[in-house]
Amino acid sequence: MRWLADVHVRLRPGIADPEGLTIAGGLRALGFSTVDEVRAGKLLRIAFQADDRSAAEAAVDAMCRRLLANPVMETADWELRAEVDQAAGEPVP
Amino acid sequence: MSRGPRVAVVVFPGTWSERDFLHVAPLVGWEARLVWHAEPSLGDADAVVLPGGFAHGDHLRTGAIARFSPVMRAVEELADRGGPVLGSCNGFQILCEAGMLPGVLMRNDHLQFRCDWQWLRVERPLGAWLAPDEVAEGDVIRLPISHGEGRYQADPAVLDELERGGRVALRYADEQGRMTPDANPNGSLNGIAGVVNGRGNVLGLMPHPERAAEDEVGGTDGLRLLRSLDRWLVGQPAAAERL
Repeated sequence: MRWLADVHVRLRPGIADPEGLTIAGGLRALGFSTVDEVRAGKLLRIAFQADDRSAAEAAVDAMCRRLLANPVMETADWELRAEVDQAAGEPVP
Repeated sequence: MSRGPRVAVVVFPGTWSERDFLHVAPLVGWEARLVWHAEPSLGDADAVVLPGGFAHGDHLRTGAIARFSPVMRAVEELADRGGPVLGSCNGFQILCEAGMLPGVLMRNDHLQFRCDWQWLRVERPLGAWLAPDEVAEGDVIRLPISHGEGRYQADPAVLDELERGGRVALRYADEQGRMTPDANPNGSLNGIAGVVNGRGNVLGLMPHPERAAEDEVGGTDGLRLLRSLDRWLVGQPAAAERL
């Protein structure tokens, strides 16, 4: 069955994020004076096949560890859901 | 040495400095040839260069996809046997992603792409690419830089290991060899511009030695790094056996 994973790749706390700083500066310049901090990251939506939830979770976990995040500077967390069957309007069992 | 070192210059989709290395190869006596990233072998190469550019578009992270190209297994095998590997700019980023060198190169602290001549202090002449005959400790050399993501970062334990092990090869400096905030072009930790692995056969650096090999382009300090290879190979029994 087909699964959808939303993987959020973020910089680890304490890692300098010049992109986030620059965006924060832009927001303040626009008048959003209460902005304290912006941290930039990535959202990756991955559609893939797996037999069941535990296999799908194991696959996403391996993808994150082996490629999607560099543990020196990044963390990855994710949400996983079964793709909804269009005809039934329900997640495929 | 009866012939020059055979050097494989790896080309990934998006690599842009490979022909500069081919151009300067005759100046340092290299028999250089290009090797496409999908090749599983480096043939009879004595050494390998990972040139600068934007391998696989730098998508996801710089070097992240290149690391899985088939040729990288052969590069790792060569390095494991003590074979010299040079990663310049994007090549340095790839070596870090592949785990062949520690740390990571991140977006420059000022967010700008920086293309300029840069002074560098030689911290320690060692390994395949910084021969003591060519450079001395404390030498100040001048090489071009050309990158948007060159800010060297490593966690404190790794940084400590690098510093104490004398594996920081080059630091950003001013013309007098002083490390100042203004002399650091990208915000790298400890001004680190280049590091070597434990055996000294793998060097990664953000500057471009191949772009400083002729007087016409403004400097020849790059030759000192490139010429080091020959001296290293002559000194290595395993390499000498093959000559």
